This record gives sequence, C-alpha cells and structure tokens, in this order.
Amino acid sequence: MRTSLQWIKDLVPGLTCTPQEYMDAMTMSGSKVEFFEEFDRDLDKIVVGRIEKIEKHPDADKLVVCQVNVGSGTIQIVTGAPNAQEGALVPVVLDGGRVAGGHDGTRTEGGIKIKAGKLRGVPSNGMMCSIEELGSSRDLFPEAPESGLYIFAPESGVQPGDDAIEALGLHDTAIEYEITSNRVDCFSILGLAREAAATFHLDKKFPYVPATGDSDDVNNYISAEIVDDDLCSRYTARVVKDVKIAPSPAWMQKRLRSQGIRPINNLVDITNYVMLEYGQPMHAYDLDTIAGHKLSVKRASDGDVFTTLDGQERNVDHDTLMICDGEKQVGIAGIMGGENSMITDNVKTMVFEAACFDGTNIRLSSKRIGLRTDASGIFEKGLDPNNAMEAMNRACALVEELGAGTVVGGAVDIYPHKREGLRIPFEPDRYNAMLGTDVDRETQLQYFKAIDLVYDEATNEMVIPSWRQDLITYADMAEEVARFYGYDKIPTTLPKGTSTAGKLSYKKRIEAKTREVAQFAGYSQAMTYSFESPKVFDKLLLAADAPERNAITIANPLGEDFSIMRTMSLNGMLTSLATNANRRNKNVHLYEMANIYLPKALPLTELPDERMTLTLGFYDEKEDFFDLKGVVEELLSTMGMNEKLSYDANAGRPYLHPGRQANIIYNGKVLGFIGEVHPLVRANYNLGERTYIAVIDMPQVVEQASFDRKYTPITNFPASTRDLSLLTKKDMEVGEIEAVFDREGGQYLESYELFDVYVGAGIDPDYKSVAYSLTFRAKDKNLADTDVNEAMDRIINGLSAIDVNMRS
Amino acid sequence: MNDKLQEIREKAIAQIQEAKDLDALNQIRVSVLGKKGELKQIMNGMKDVAPEDRPKFGQLVNTARQAIEEKLEEAKKAMEAEAMKQKLSFEKIDVTLPARKHKIGKAHPNTTTLEEVERIFTGMGFSVVEGPEVEKDYYNFEALNIPANHPAKDEQDTFYITKDILLRTQTSPVQVREMEKGNLPIRMIAPGRVFRADEVDATHSPSFHQIEGMVIDKGITMADLKGTLQQFVQELFGKDTKVKFRPHHFPFTEPSAEMDVSCFKCGGKGCRFCKGEGWIEILGCGMVHPRVLKMSGIDPEVYSGFAFGIGLERITLLKDEIDDMRLLYENDIRFIDQF
Repeated sequence: MRTSLQWIKDLVPGLTCTPQEYMDAMTMSGSKVEFFEEFDRDLDKIVVGRIEKIEKHPDADKLVVCQVNVGSGTIQIVTGAPNAQEGALVPVVLDGGRVAGGHDGTRTEGGIKIKAGKLRGVPSNGMMCSIEELGSSRDLFPEAPESGLYIFAPESGVQPGDDAIEALGLHDTAIEYEITSNRVDCFSILGLAREAAATFHLDKKFPYVPATGDSDDVNNYISAEIVDDDLCSRYTARVVKDVKIAPSPAWMQKRLRSQGIRPINNLVDITNYVMLEYGQPMHAYDLDTIAGHKLSVKRASDGDVFTTLDGQERNVDHDTLMICDGEKQVGIAGIMGGENSMITDNVKTMVFEAACFDGTNIRLSSKRIGLRTDASGIFEKGLDPNNAMEAMNRACALVEELGAGTVVGGAVDIYPHKREGLRIPFEPDRYNAMLGTDVDRETQLQYFKAIDLVYDEATNEMVIPSWRQDLITYADMAEEVARFYGYDKIPTTLPKGTSTAGKLSYKKRIEAKTREVAQFAGYSQAMTYSFESPKVFDKLLLAADAPERNAITIANPLGEDFSIMRTMSLNGMLTSLATNANRRNKNVHLYEMANIYLPKALPLTELPDERMTLTLGFYDEKEDFFDLKGVVEELLSTMGMNEKLSYDANAGRPYLHPGRQANIIYNGKVLGFIGEVHPLVRANYNLGERTYIAVIDMPQVVEQASFDRKYTPITNFPASTRDLSLLTKKDMEVGEIEAVFDREGGQYLESYELFDVYVGAGIDPDYKSVAYSLTFRAKDKNLADTDVNEAMDRIINGLSAIDVNMRS
Repeated sequence: MNDKLQEIREKAIAQIQEAKDLDALNQIRVSVLGKKGELKQIMNGMKDVAPEDRPKFGQLVNTARQAIEEKLEEAKKAMEAEAMKQKLSFEKIDVTLPARKHKIGKAHPNTTTLEEVERIFTGMGFSVVEGPEVEKDYYNFEALNIPANHPAKDEQDTFYITKDILLRTQTSPVQVREMEKGNLPIRMIAPGRVFRADEVDATHSPSFHQIEGMVIDKGITMADLKGTLQQFVQELFGKDTKVKFRPHHFPFTEPSAEMDVSCFKCGGKGCRFCKGEGWIEILGCGMVHPRVLKMSGIDPEVYSGFAFGIGLERITLLKDEIDDMRLLYENDIRFIDQF
C-alpha cells in the first residue's frame, strides 16, 4: 500500500511531521512503513517561466536563444527543445538549482546542478525542463510531450515566478507501507489517515459527503439481484445520466499522480480516486448495453468463455462469480468488467457498481483465470460490506462536484444480512494483565476512541466498527492498547511461575555426541536438501523394483530435481563430495546428520517414518575402507555399544563395490552399511577418486546406546602372549577365524590382534597366511602354561575344523 | 710425610683440573685412590709412624682422600652436564617445519548457531523438542488459527504431499503438539527443517531451518516475552545489543510483534550491513492466540503464553557475515572449514 503524505496531512490537519518522523511513528503503531520517496528531493530553485521571445542561435542550427520571464526578471536561456514557443509557460531551473535527472528519464541520485554558462558561445542562465528532468514521467503527466519541455496548460493559472514544483504537485512524499493481511481497512487512504491521527493524537477531518441525486428514481433505470448470496454479501448500484466525459480537475489529477496513478478522464479518475480513498473497488457499465436493464450476481457455468474489457478471452467456471444482465455475462465479479458493457466515449447513461464479494472466492478465481487486477487484489482481502454504499455515495458526490453527469435519485442496495459491529466487553485490567502494563482505564478508552471504537457505558462494551474485522477477542483489544501505548514502553521482565529444567532430549544428545565423534575423526558437517529427483535411483544403479524407490512424491514440487522425499542419504553426500572434487579440493571428508523419509504406505495416508541418518563419506588417497570402519567402531564404542559387531559382506547394495561392501550388524540387526562406492556410480557423479561411504541408522543407536559405565579393576597379573601363524583359503574372511577365538578362547583370552596377512611367494596361490597375536591374562592369578596351552589347543582344534591350519 | 701427602693432593687436584674426559678422571682415580694408588702407598708407610702419631696421620690421609674425591665428583658432574648439553644441541629440530596435521572436522555453521541458541534457552529452563518434518495440514495451519482457504496458506507457498499432508512450512506445529500433550507449564524451543516453495537464490532456499519457542504458564505477559527475547539476543549478540519490538500480525499470536536488534556491526549508527537502518529484523513473536490455546486443550482463562519463531539461517548469515545462502547447502569444504 502506498499513500501520498500530503493527502494524509490534508485529512489530519495538525500533522506537521517530516517523512522520517512519520515513518518511525507509524511503524511503531503497527502500520509499517517500508520506505518513503520525496518527489522533490533533488529539485531546487525551479520556477514557472514564460518564454517571451525566441531567436535563432548564431552558431547552432538546433539551438534557440530564449528570453524567459521568471517573475523576478527576465533571463536568457539557450535550449535545444523542439517545442519551445513564445508565450509558453514552462518549468525553469535557475542558476545554482538542481534537477532530478536527464530528459531520457534516467535519474541521478542527488540531482544535477545547473549553472549559468555559455552554449556555443551564447550565455545561458538556467534551464527549461522536461517532465523527465523533474523526476516524473509521461505516464503520470500524459499531457507532456514525448520529447521537449513540459508546458503548463494556460487554464492551469500559473504565473511566471510561481513555484513550478508546487504547481506540478511534486512537493509530496510517497509512503510505502507493508500492511498486514488482517488490516483490510488500512488498504485505503482514510484507514491510514485514521491510524495516523490516532498515532499522533490529532483530530482527523474526513471528506463531507452530501446527499446526491435528482428527483428521478434509480428503479426506473436498473434493477439487481444476488442469486449466489454465499459469494456476494452486498450489491449496490446507482445511475448517472447525461454523462459528460472530460478531464478531471487539476486537484484530482494531482492526487492520483501522487499515488502513482495516471489521470485518464473524470469517470475513470473518480472510480480510481474512490478506490484509493475508501478502499472499495467500483465498476461502471454503459446502461445501454445492459439487456433488460437488470443485473444479477451469479456463478458462471463450466466451459464458459468470457471476453474481458482488455479484449482477452477468459475461461470461467462454476466457481467463478459473474455479473450478468438479462441475457449475457457482463463482468467477472470483482476482477474485471466485460468488453461488451464497457464505458466508451459515447456513453450517455452509466451504472456504478459497488459490491462486496467473498474474498476467498475472488482470490481463487483470480488465480484460476490467471488474471489479477487492482480490484481483485483488494476484494480478496475480504471487504466491509458497509463501506460499499459509502464509497458509492462518495463517487456520486464527486460526479456532481466535477459535473460529470446527473446522478439519478435513489440507490439499488441488495444487502440481505447487514453486518453489525461486534461488541466486545471492555476489560482494561485484563489487557494490562496480558501486556504486563499498568495503563489506566481512561487512557485505554482514549486509544479506542481515536480509532472510532465506541464505548457503551451501559453494558461496558466496546462497539467495534464493521471495518475492523480483526477485533474479536480480548487479545485483539490488548494489542490495540499495546500499539498506542507503545510496544517500546512495555516493561521487560522474565517469566515467573513454575521453574523448569531446560534440557536436550536424549535423541538430540546422542546426535550431538555422534557429530562430535565424526568431527574428531576429521569429518566436516554437510547439509543437503530433503528432496531430490527420482532419477537419483538410476544414478545409484537401484533395480526397478528396489524398495528405496518407494518415495513420497511432492504434489507441487519446484521441479523434478526437488520432487521426491529422499529414502536414502547417498545422493546428497555423493553430490557434495562431487562438488568438492570438481573444485579440486583434496582429501575431503564429510558427514551429514539428517532425516530420510520412509512411507508406511503409498499414497501417504499417515505420516512417514522420519529416520535420522548419519552418513559419512570421503575420498582421500591415504585412506581406505578400513579407516572408515575404524571411525564406525570408534563411534559405537563411544556410544557404549560394546556388544559384538559383525560385518556381512553379502549386503547386496548395487551402489557399492560388490567386493568391498558390508552391512554393519549389531546385536543381530542391520545398523547400517559401509563400503566403497561402485565405480559406475562414481562415474555418474563425476567422482574420479575411490570414494567410501558409511551410513548408520540413528534410531537404533539412540535405542542401544548406553552411558552407564562401571569400573572394572585393573589387574596387575602378567599377560602371556602367543603368536599364531595360520594358513587359510584365500577367500575366507578373517572374521571366521576370530569367531573361533571368541568361541574357544575361554575366560583367559583377553584380546587378539591381527598383525600380518600375506599372499605370495612360498605360499600356495589359493591360500593366504594370517598371523595373530593372542594375549591371555587372568584377573586373579599368575597364569600357568597349562592354562594357556589348553586354550590354544581348543583354538587350534576349532580352526582346523574350518580348514585353517598352523603354518609349518 | 706430611709434605708428601700435601704434594700428592695438590698434584691430583691439578691433574683433575686438566682432565679432558671421564677416562682421564678414572685414571686419576685409579692412580691416586686405587688399590695400588699413591695414597695407598702412603698408608702402607703407616708402620713407620710413631704409634702415638698414627691416628693423626690416618686423619690427614683421609682428609686428603676426601678432598680429592670431592674434586673428582665435581669434575665428573661438570663433564656429564657438558656431554648432555652437546647431545641435546645435536638433537635440535627446526620448529618451523610444517606440522603433521591431525584434522578435526568442523560443524556446519547452522549447527554452531543452533547449539548456541539451544545453550542460551536451556539455560533459561527451556527444553529442546522436535516434531515431524512431513506434517499434517491440521498442525501446520488449522490448529494455528489458519483455516482452509486462508491467504496465509498461499503466502507460504506450501509443498503438499496429499490434501492433508504437507512439508511443514514452519516449526510452529511443534507448539501445538507440545500443548496437546498437556504437560504444563511449557517452556520449549523446537528447532528444525521447514520447507517453502521458494526458488534457490542468494537469499532464498526451498528448505531452511526455524527455531520455534513457546512458554505457557499462569500469568505470562508480553513483558515476559520482551524480557526473555532481550536476554536471548544479548547473550547471542552481546550485552550492548538493543531490541525494538514493532506491531505485526501472525494468525497464531495476538498481540503480535516483530523484533529488530541494533545492528551488531555498526551498533545502530547505520551501515551497509543493516542497509543504513541501524536495525536488523530478527524474529516474529507474540502472545499465543487464545483460540490456539483453546484448540489445543488449554484454558486461556487460566493460562497464557508467548511464542516466537527465529530463522536459523538468517542468524547464521548475519553472525558469520555470509552473503549467499546457497553456500550453506553446497558443502564446499573450504566454506565449512572456516567455522
């Protein structure tokens, strides 16, 4: 929303603030001012001048030398303007003055200083200006020539020496507001003037609207009905006969221009003026085009096509509200009138319409049709039906004032359910209790009175005007008190009441700990989007029937790349690693802690399973699978997950190297997986180096983590160490050997460590040599050789049972 | 005899002073104090001494022996110290040679900000809770006083899955879920991902994070809201940070406000950072709307509360002076490792 500051000041006569003061005060009382623009900020020493005499320039064909009467005297100005003519009244910037920009419309912040000088040797003591040089445009001043000087119309009454900026109405400031959607009343000049008056504690002076109309009766001209009254709460119409189309007067043009609206003719200008002033869009029909002289408000039918007054064909449907005459549709209600009923220069009798349509319906229709107009933009906020007739009467008063026609007596007014102002109990103590303030009752009543709420002493209620549809509960009333008392004056306290212990959930603590471990291991945290393209499943080589493909689809995505909710975290990680690889970043380690989204059924009938997932990924020429495996084990150990961990190489994950992948099994359940990324997948992501990934399902970690630690006494009895050098089939996993250690080692086997794997000379090519060091220790005694020997015998027997033998 | 003893002593001390190394000292020890050393020979002459003079003589020999041994020990220590000094000097390293890296990864700047926010609020007795990212329309809109067809639904450019299920556009639904649990009083913050159909650019992302906050108790006032948030920003941005509350509108709070903080770059004088305004808009807040309380089963006649919503990225970008939001989701290691 935008208003001219001058217009507000005219409605609030005592208002003398600067634009900055206005901006600050209005923002603090709830009408946020985004910025303001002073039209005359770069204009200085510009007066009206009359060109008395024009002579040729002695040395330039395109220049002329003018003697210009600027009130205080006559000065010589050289100009190249093609439209300079004797007698013309033009804006003149005097020596030392400033203009806003060039005549091509470009603006120079700070303005351009004009100094007396010589043009091709002839002295020139100022400059005559085009409208563009004054920082405006032909859009707002259509009478200005396409190129050349702005020339004041003789009937404008300006005299040489007058302030030209004043004469053009440019001593004004445009104020741009951000009005919140609940304050429909503030999408009007009057609404904002009311706020300004209350903010600055001043009286307001709103326009007097006299009774209008001749002795004729509107019912002789037009009748109206509302068929679909769920979408139209009020419909009013009045008739103007003997229409005389002409330009509107200067004061009205100036007002419209100050709002950035181009003056057109008296009728159009009146509807625009009233829309600005009252916030009520109006429409005008040529009565002669209205079949049966009857208007009805009803829904269109599916498949209807309607031509709006801009000549475009529009598809409308049964949810679109139309204005119809006795035979045809003549307008899309609240959006745009029809070509078939529009006002032309030949109009004799016109019908004014001011109505109140359902805001939601207008908004949705406007969206479906793909046509958003100034009118629909206002209607969709949901207007006050009581305002319709007031705006109508204001428009008719302006018709009479401007002599634009003869207003016919009476009005058509279909208003089945009059909206009454709500009554809210006046509870000053409650407002204070909510705000933590101590604003006395009388002061509160003054705040309310300033915004035209009426106090009913008999019932102790506030009567709310119907334009304040946002005032419903005590909380709304408390906000009004707060706004005018000043948000900045409300004290600052801390909540009293029951004290609470602030804490993180266990889940969040586990996640924080996990991030810590990942970071200590050298991994930095990545964040990627939750949605991705369904094409990632192909990039990851997933089979057509892979369960991961059962992803939640977004109905209205930003594009295919953001169209499904990820069911696995790999794509984000690989994409991020690839970004780094493409930028030649070396040895990159990343982790991400984020949700994947697993639907319970598709299409979604209940909320999906959101599983927090840790993803570790890296490429690094000095590290491999086993470095990552070490990080995973360190993580689980930190989480107190000390049960036996195992790795199942038959994970069957197509996106990983078939010989270098494993499911991580903890307590018999798949906790996650680890592996080297399949070379084809790497190629799909443009990853040149070998890349490794580990993924951990965090809910299982949260479930099984334990921080309940108990001290185990440290024993000082000596350990006994035995080395085992074994020969085994090449494809046997050492995990099988270790399983024998675990099973047969007995109570004294403290730990074992693999210290060599050898394949090559001296060994059968189908075999490998594996060497372990086993440590035995008793907690309570010195171990005897026999204790260790017994355990070793069991182990060796166990090993030979799986065809693992001592290397001779 | 005495003269002889004195001569041995002086000679030995002179030799000790001239000794170059431990071997030389050893030789002196053997030749003077050893079994066949000079002192031993003197002692062997004891038989020639008058019996009454023997104790005195023995004493003299001992004194000489002690003096020589002391000197020997002194010289030995000095030599060992010198040897150690030389060894260490030989082992000198160039400390300016490059470090052998032990790289520790970095948290994402969003996480660092969030942990700071969580630390401040848990210190004030707030619990950190979470809610689903794929959410029901009811929790995201209806229960927050945004009924069907409310324009706010359009404004927020919601991603829908089905008619009733969507990607949450705000963390406010977590408020409702907490209120429904009915464990009063409530002091909570709820950080998390939210989604809006904004095209990616320097200031927009279809996925970002909010931190919702709410307090519900008896007698909670707007003054409490102001005090709590003022304390929060002064913890986060520094003690001198000033706050400004401006009226605003949100469907789920009444009265509502937007909060600005004095620009932490220029202190409020106005700079490029705050676009010359001296203030930076940081969050939206207000008193929980009585209708929202009632819908979640809380009696607004007994309880009141306030709520606020902070854009995590907004704070991160401001605090860390990051000028392009896309950097947060690219995961270039040269970016992340700066924090």
